[in-house]
Parts: sequence; structure tokens; C-alpha cells
Amino acid sequence: MNRFIATVEKLDRLDRRWVFLVVGLAVVLATLFGLRFPEIPTPLVAAVFDKIESLPAGSRVLLPFDYDPGTEPELQPMADAFVRHCIEKGHRLYFIALWPLGQNMIESVVNGVISVEYPHLEYGRDYVDLGYKAGNEGVIAVILTDLKKLFTTDARGSAIDEIPMLAGLANIQSFDLILSISAGYPGTKEWVQYAGTPGNIPVAGGCTAVQAPLLYPYHPDQLLGLMGGIKAAAEYEQLLMQKYPQFADPSFLTALARMGPQTVTHLAIIFFIILGNVTFTILRRQRRRQPAGPGDAEPGRGARA
Amino acid sequence: MRQTIPLLITGIVGAVLVVAYFIPHPPFDSLREEFAIFFDIIAAIAFILGGGNLIKMHGNRVSRRKEGWVYSLVTVVGFLAMLAVGLTKLGNPGGIKDSSVTAAGSYFDWLYQYVFRPCGATMFAMLAFYVASASFRAFRAKNAEATLLLVVAFIILLGRTFVGTLATAWLPAELHFLTVPYLAEKIMTVLNFAGNRAIMIGIALGIISTSLKVIIGIDRSYLGGD
Amino acid sequence: MVLTAKPLSPLHCDLESHATPQPRPSHLRSSLQLALIALALVWVPAVAAVDEAGPAAGAPAPPTNLVARDTPSDRGESITIAWTRPPEDTGPGGPVTGYRILRAAAPDGPFEPIGQASPGRSQYADRDARDGVDFYYRVEALSAGAPAASAIVGPVQARPQWLNTNQWNVFVILALLLGFNLYFIEHIKKGGKPYIRQIAGLEAVAEAVGRATEMGRPILFVPGIQDMNDIQTVAGVTLLGHIARTVAEYDSRLVVPTSRSLVMTTARETVKEAYLAAGRPESYDENSIYYVTDEQFGYVAGVNGYMVREKPATCFYLGAFFAESLILAETGNSIGAIQVAGTAQPAQLPFFVAACDYTLIGEELFAASAYLSGEPKQLGSIKGQDVGKLLSIASIVIGVLVLTAAAVTGWGPLVSIGHFVRELWSTALV
Repeated sequence: MNRFIATVEKLDRLDRRWVFLVVGLAVVLATLFGLRFPEIPTPLVAAVFDKIESLPAGSRVLLPFDYDPGTEPELQPMADAFVRHCIEKGHRLYFIALWPLGQNMIESVVNGVISVEYPHLEYGRDYVDLGYKAGNEGVIAVILTDLKKLFTTDARGSAIDEIPMLAGLANIQSFDLILSISAGYPGTKEWVQYAGTPGNIPVAGGCTAVQAPLLYPYHPDQLLGLMGGIKAAAEYEQLLMQKYPQFADPSFLTALARMGPQTVTHLAIIFFIILGNVTFTILRRQRRRQPAGPGDAEPGRGARA
Repeated sequence: MRQTIPLLITGIVGAVLVVAYFIPHPPFDSLREEFAIFFDIIAAIAFILGGGNLIKMHGNRVSRRKEGWVYSLVTVVGFLAMLAVGLTKLGNPGGIKDSSVTAAGSYFDWLYQYVFRPCGATMFAMLAFYVASASFRAFRAKNAEATLLLVVAFIILLGRTFVGTLATAWLPAELHFLTVPYLAEKIMTVLNFAGNRAIMIGIALGIISTSLKVIIGIDRSYLGGD
Repeated sequence: MVLTAKPLSPLHCDLESHATPQPRPSHLRSSLQLALIALALVWVPAVAAVDEAGPAAGAPAPPTNLVARDTPSDRGESITIAWTRPPEDTGPGGPVTGYRILRAAAPDGPFEPIGQASPGRSQYADRDARDGVDFYYRVEALSAGAPAASAIVGPVQARPQWLNTNQWNVFVILALLLGFNLYFIEHIKKGGKPYIRQIAGLEAVAEAVGRATEMGRPILFVPGIQDMNDIQTVAGVTLLGHIARTVAEYDSRLVVPTSRSLVMTTARETVKEAYLAAGRPESYDENSIYYVTDEQFGYVAGVNGYMVREKPATCFYLGAFFAESLILAETGNSIGAIQVAGTAQPAQLPFFVAACDYTLIGEELFAASAYLSGEPKQLGSIKGQDVGKLLSIASIVIGVLVLTAAAVTGWGPLVSIGHFVRELWSTALV
């Protein structure tokens, strides 16, 4: 019995490196074996998909890329999916970034998706890159009423007036949709607060899973749809695949591929939570049977619910 | 006098910016953006102080071979390398006259793509491991609230994966509200949403109070106190 | 029949410009000639009208009730043009494909197009109208056929306004909240004793600093990763002042790695003044407050490295945090430090709550400075926050009841009140 309790105590205070090892193995093995599961789209994701579907061809879609390499693994798949979907529908894409490294994310999608998969698209007529502008929500407030006050050239140095899809465009109020992809501040919340609501422009968002709860309060009046994390991106790819069979090729299903390791990791975490509670319960019962001695510490220091 | 001038500046600028929100007439309409731009300029110039401090501190550690000086050497070398290739636009197709520092083929772009990006992604990926260890330690059914938190955590963890869908797929349509994906969605969009909104309202009120205290000079802790 | 502005024949043009044809010389006025002339007068325009009726019948009616006025509550250089849509405008995909807005400096033109509006819209803002200059406007309904032009309106001038009446609701709410804050600050200054509940994290500051002093280990303070223009950073730095004073009194060691240069300079001033106030200026070490990097994960990597090497006994995370919050907190937990965290980022609060010993949730971070100072005039602001919360709760309850009742009953006055409640909490521009 003492050996049993000693083992339980060891498990209760399991070195976190064992946890890291199991999580690491879960991710690696799931990736190596290519585990993939079908996804059932949720209403919030379907709302974003339906909005892009419902817009007539030629609609103006503003795509703020407000994230950086740290969150690229989580957000790039949804960025790619948005761009592919918009192009299939014939929408005009306007890229912009409020994060300094967002510009690199835009170039990633232009070079990796548009130039490769849609070489027939013409820069300046079908898509344009406005680039990064410092100023956070101040930028949004200004371009809501006067785009040229802040943007005299695009990211490639061309004058705004020489770009066909920007000529005559006074501000972003005539845009049909703002499709924000964000990892924090400034991000979707700022686009809702400073452009969507004051300018009556529909806003849909893609964000990290951690940020999603912060944005749920804006749905549905101010945010017509929200995609939180890689799971939402996977659901979107599922919808895209169902509507456009050409996207069934695995090369277009990055998010779905990443959901395999996520599923396995979640199961690993659940296992550890169960393990922790089993050991906690056993030790608590053991302490109740015996009087408390010196040095007996409440398990799980730092854990406050 | 030492505190009076900063307090006066804070009070006047703060009050003017609050009032300017309600005045669309120029120049009040663009005051907020102008001050934001001023701040950005000051912050950019202040970077020289930060960069100088970085070099001074780590350079000092390296020269005196203090404990951990190797890490300081890596810091200094990394800092100077990025600065040098960026300023001189080494490897840029158009040379130093090329307008873009990050042009394809530049050494700066190479360092960004193959050093900076992987490091940033690696640090972010560490979160997955830390979430696991924090969950193992924190989600213990110590009392009623902790047990409730535990149950909700299970539902959310399962609901974010296909396993959750599979686990309750056998339930009839009439009991659709008991399926894991439905519960997970309702927890996030109703319960969590309500809690977040309440916290956000409290934060907004706290911001108003703090701003008022700073503007009218009641709270002077940022100046070191009374 | 519909006559267009463009003349189709000289006879047609005469009909437009003269009420009746001019009399001919008497020798031509035989009855047959009169009949022929009468026939021509009626038949040709009828044919012309029939020729026109083909395309005219498919063209929409022009927009009506055109109104142009200076856009209210704005910075000027804007004129709003509104019109009543023709009945043919059924929205996108209908016969009306849009509206073209034309502008001129004089009533007889020349009118130049300045913009377009989508079908279904009945308003356009000309944001390029110089202040104090007369402008005239006309709106054309566009379709597959010829455009249908409205009447001309004008002159109208754009002017800037001194007051933005659209934000009346924000002004009222702000005035109320500021008023309550100021009232309680004055009330407590005059001797009122407010009840402030205990905030465990702040009560533990002295204990945490004492623990670090006993163990001979440093105290780490992380003021967040945002710059001084973020109110959370301001709150964090003000708390740094209080904590630095305690650290100075205990003669312990404080380390403050910062993510922004301005935060570094501000923090240095704050800590220096705190040490001076505690009577320990000689203990102040400028190098203990240093800049790491602006980049989020580079910063947390640097701070984590410090934590693992130096093993501070106490860690304070007070400010704006994002994804790096859990990395910091877990590392702090692994080295056995006491951790007190506070942030107004709701997404990061669960991580701090799970991994730290004490967490200041949202507004507690902003109340902390007043709480630690204990000054009556600062404590008054906490009461002001509480009254603001009561107002919010009351608004939510009343709003929910009114809007639910309006939706269920459909009673006119309730619907109007519900509409007013929505407007009260709206920030949309006109």
C-alpha cells in the first residue's frame, strides 16, 4: 500500500518534462502518420463562408493581415482559404497590414497562392497590396473617411492613382466586406470598432483560438462570422472542398492536416487531466484517513480555480 | 516644480483630447491621430535609447566575462548582424539603392525567413506544451467550482476535435443539445461570452477611472509619488 | 408619351420651344393643306414618341425628392445628397444598376460625375466639397438604357461644425461616469470611509517582497509588452512605483526587463523616484531596468532565460500581455516563484489564473494603484468605478426587458423606447 501511495504521489508531482515528451510524441506521430479527420462546419464558420459566397463577382474585399510568424501556423491556412475562395468568386482583393510583419504574411500569400495557383490574375486589377501602415486603430479611423490621406502608394511603390482598382476610391466605406485575420492588437476588434460599426461595413474575422472568446460579444450584429483557430480553418477548408471539388487535393488542406495532431494532443491533455484528478482524489482520501503531518502540502501549488 | 510641469502637460493634453472627441471642427478632428503619430515618432527615436542600452549592457557582460556572457555575445552578434545587413542592404538585387530592405534574395530576408521566423514560431509552439503542463496542474476537482471548471474544460477540449463529434454522434436528433459540439459552442458563445462582456465593461470603467486620476493629477505614482 | 431632352426632328424641337406653330401666309391655308399640316403636327411627334417609347418604356424613372445638405457634425468638406429611389430599384440585380452623382459649380453646369452609389442606396456623401463654395447636384439612375436624371438641387455649401451631436450618448454617459468619480473623490476627501473589499494579490505584495528578501533572490517585474500609450502599461508602471518603494524599504533587488524603450525610460524614472521617496537613493541601480526587444517572443525568450538562470523568488506580471503570458507564468511556476499577475486582456486571464498564485482580473489592475496607495482621494475613484458598474447593470436589465417586451408585444411606444435604448448605446455614424 505504501508503495502504491508513493507511486501515486510521484504521479501527482509528475515532472513536467514527461508531459512535454508525451505531447511532443503525440504531435510528431500524428503528423508522421498523416492522421486526418472530417470536420463539421459550425454556424460561425458557415456564416463567413456564406457571406463570401453571397457577394456578387467584382465585390471589394479588404483583407487586413494582422499577424506575424509566431501565429502563422495557426492563421496562414485560413488566410490561404479566404484568398482562394474570394478569387473563385471573382472578388477584388485589397490587402493591408497593421502589424509590421503582416506585410510579409501578405507577400507569403501573394507569392504562394496567387502567383502560383492563379497566375492569370493581374496585380492592380484583381488584387492590390497596400502594405503595412503604422498607427494601429488610427489608420483604420483615417482610411474610413480618406484612404489617400495615409496611402499615396501601394506596397510596391506605385502611386495609388495609377492603380485601376484604387482609382476613384475615396475611402473604404464602399467596400463590401472586411475579412480580418488577426492574432491580437490591433486586429479584428479594432476593425469592428473603427470601421465596421461606424462605417456600416460588414466584417468577418479569423483569429487565434485564444482570441476568439474576446470577439464572440461582437457576433452577430457587428461581426457576421468568426473563425477561431486552426479548427475553424479546417471547417472552412471542408466547406470549400464540398463546394469546389478542385480543393479536395491534400495540398489545399493544410488546416485539416494540422487538426490530426491537435486532436491527438487534446486527447493527451485529457489523459493528463484525468491522471491528475485520479492521483489527487486518491491522495486526498489517504490524507483524510490519516492525520496531517508536517510537510504535507496541498497538491498542485499555484492552481487556483 | 519637477512634478508640476509634467502634471500640467498631462492634465492639459488629456483634457483637450477628451474634449476634442466631441469637436469635429479642424484642428480638433485630427488631434488624436496627430498625437498618435507624435507618439510613434517619439517611440521610434526612443528605440535608439533601447538599442544603446542593449549594446551597453550585453557588451559589458561580454567584456567582463560575467556569468552567462555567451548568451550576451549571441545577443550582440545577432543585433549587429541584422542591423548591418539591413542598413547596407547586403545581397539586395538593386544594391543599397534598392528601396526594399526585405527584397527577395537579400541577406536580411534570408535571416528573417530562416532564423527569425522559425525562432518566433518555436516560441509560440511552446505554448502547446505549457498548456498541457498547466492543465495537468490546475484542473483538479478540489471544490465545486473547480469541478465545474474541470467538466467545462473536458467539453471544450473534446468539442474542439472530431472525437467530440464522434463521442455523441449516436444521440438522437431530439437530444442534439446534449452533443459535445453543441455544448462546446454554447459554452463559448453564451457563458464565456457573458463573462467576457462583463470583464470588458469592468475594464472600460477601470480605464476611465485610471485616466481621470492621471489627467487630474491625483495618481502621481508614474512620477514616483507625491 | 415621354419626351426626352434630345430633339429628334426640327418639328419636334419647335413643339418644345413654341406653344403653337406660327401662322402661315393666307394663300397656303386651304383646308387640305391645313389637314395635312395638322396630320403632320400630330403624326410625326406620335411616331417620334412611339420610336422613343421602345427604350423609354424600359428605362427607370429618375430619382425624386433630391435633397443636398451640409453633412452634419463633421469636419467640413462633405455634403450629403439623399433621394427617393425610383420604384424600379429593387436592389442589386434589378433594372436599376446604380446611381451616378454629378456635381457642378453653377446651376447650368457643366455637371461632372463625382461618384456612384449601389442600387438600393438612397444616399451619397460627397467628401470632396470645399468649404464655403456653392455646389449643385444631380443624380442619375443607371440601367441598361439611358440614364434617368433627377432635378437639380442647390446651391449648398459644406461647413465644419463645432459640435458632433451624433456622440450625444457618449457625452452623457461619460459625463455621468466622470461626475460620479469626482463626487466620490471629493466625498472621501471630506472624511467619508469607503468600504473596499480585499484584493488578495495586492495584500500579498509585502509578503512576496519579504519572501524574496529572505531568500536573497531578486524580484522580477514585467510591465507587459505594450508601449506607454497603452493604459495597461500606465497602470503597470504606476504599480511598479508602489512595489519599487516596498522593495527599497526591504533593501531587496528589483529587476525590470522591458519590451519598449519608452517603457524603460519611464520605468527608470518611476523606480528612481520610488527609491528616493523610500530614502534609499544609493540602492537604486539603473541597469536593473533594461530593454530586451520589441518583438513579442524574443522578449519572452529573454525574460524566460533570465528567470531560469537567476531564479527570482517573486514575479510580478502587471500590464498588457498576449500569447506569451502562459510561457512566462509556467516558467515562473517551474522555478518555484510566487507570481502575482494582472492584465486587462480577457483572453490571457485564464492562463494567469491557472498558473499564478494571485491574479488581478481586469479592472482590479486599474484599481490596484489606488488600493496600494490607500489615499482617500484615490479610493474615491474605485467607488466611482463601482457606480459605473451599477449603471451598466441597470442599463442591461432595463434594455433587455424593454427590447424583449417590444419584440414580443410589438406595442408601438415600447418599440420606440426600444429603438431609443439601441440608439443610446450605439456609436454608428449618421
